[in-house]
Amino acid sequence: MRRVAIVGVGHTKFGKRSDASLRELAFEAVKSAIEDTQISLNEVEASIVGIASDELADQLLPATPVADYVGMNPKPNIRVEAACATGGAALRTGWMAVASGLHDLVLVCGVEKMTEVPTARAIEIMGMGGDVQWEFKPFGTTFPGYYAMYADAHMRRYGTTERQLALVSVKNHRNATKNPYAHFPKEISVEDVLKSKPIAYPLKLYDCCPISDGAAAVLLASGERAKRITDTPVYIAGLGCASDSMAVFDRSDFTSIKSAILASKQAYKMAKIEVGDIDLAEVHDCFSIAEIMAYEDLGFCEKGKGGKFIEEGQSEMGGKIPVNVDGGLLAKGHPLGATGISQAVEITKQLRGEGGLRQVAGAEVALSHNVGGTGHFVYVHVYRR
Amino acid sequence: MNDVSPFQTKVAWFFEELKNKKLVGTRCKKCKAVYCPPRADCSKCYSSDMERFQLSGKGAILAYTVIYVAPESFSRLAPYILVIAKLDEGPKLLSHLVGVKPEDVKVGMRVEAVFEPTPDGSIYYKFKLLKQS
Repeated sequence: MRRVAIVGVGHTKFGKRSDASLRELAFEAVKSAIEDTQISLNEVEASIVGIASDELADQLLPATPVADYVGMNPKPNIRVEAACATGGAALRTGWMAVASGLHDLVLVCGVEKMTEVPTARAIEIMGMGGDVQWEFKPFGTTFPGYYAMYADAHMRRYGTTERQLALVSVKNHRNATKNPYAHFPKEISVEDVLKSKPIAYPLKLYDCCPISDGAAAVLLASGERAKRITDTPVYIAGLGCASDSMAVFDRSDFTSIKSAILASKQAYKMAKIEVGDIDLAEVHDCFSIAEIMAYEDLGFCEKGKGGKFIEEGQSEMGGKIPVNVDGGLLAKGHPLGATGISQAVEITKQLRGEGGLRQVAGAEVALSHNVGGTGHFVYVHVYRR
Repeated sequence: MNDVSPFQTKVAWFFEELKNKKLVGTRCKKCKAVYCPPRADCSKCYSSDMERFQLSGKGAILAYTVIYVAPESFSRLAPYILVIAKLDEGPKLLSHLVGVKPEDVKVGMRVEAVFEPTPDGSIYYKFKLLKQS
């Protein structure tokens, strides 16, 4: 297989984007990705568009208006869907298209518009990402509810505290103040988190990511082509993906995401790295507990020590492995289809040394971890400059 | 098609049994894997030669939460308690825990299945705390 590199990146402001439609958001991201390189649009051979929900888009084949509006017709177009990990799945699909030799230069765009429907409706739509027959329709499960069960189980088994969960959100909000694209770039305190309204015990409002609109795009090129396009290619050096049961009640454990453990092992092996080589990570902090489990599942710390890891500042800028320096899902926002691509955009900037106020000095190896559903599938990527 | 089943399935009989206050799963005759909710096919060995077996409906709470912000279709019921229970026969189920205050719920508590309608009128299993004998 051929080497594959990211040669161009684009990102919109995340937030309540009532000024733009789905396709217009995608255009903003794709335009800046094209402008980030010296190539012209007609050199791009195919487009892969990640959009999680037809229901949110109020459109079947929602990738088609995107491909049309960003001027990609009549080139090959594939729509990718993997719930919250749609972006990670799209990146993997783009990598396969280039690594295989089928294409030399591919556009991967992730986009979602979530705020056009009322919040209760959005929760209803996302709830359908749980097992509709045995969980969601009969019992009204929600995503905060699933992760809340993991949080309670983690607290009970390992002594993790609500305060430690809150620290994740405090860190990510602080990081977001250095990211002009973030939905909520404002500092919050532990008390703000603890006093925020209950969503699903033990998770409160600030333990949960917001509902956001936004888009992100990357251009992927073969290793040879990448060298001709840019002096600063960022290589996708390792990939991992694993899956788990539809019904959360069928899981064997509620203190870790098994598919994340499996996916990260694959990615480390392929990239020939150890955890200690990772300079920064973008992890799927859809809820505070999700980031704590990610520290453990990815091997940043021992199982059960995730609460201590945040408490000791190990995931802060300047810590052992800075995590979510762009604000993560909790503060940057989580437009479902865009998130996995947004992680790749941030990492590309960091490995190019273009991280601005949030640059991790000398970063050479980075990791992204994108979780779909409650670990129904997890995509891990390792990047090198 | 069975009127009692909320969706079209080969295991529509499961919902008839719920109406009779019975929780019935399936067991693969070939590899002995057990399923509840029942499966018509064995995902482990690919056999479709399954037999039915009745569960006691008793088990213990493995995980729980209290839903304060509910989806549209459940907003009238909030707050409500969701539990994942491990049944004595092995399978796990997620459902509502009824008849108890949220602050009194603890992991490990013994529960048993009761049979009640959900908002769309289908009869499903729910859990209540099992009285200590």
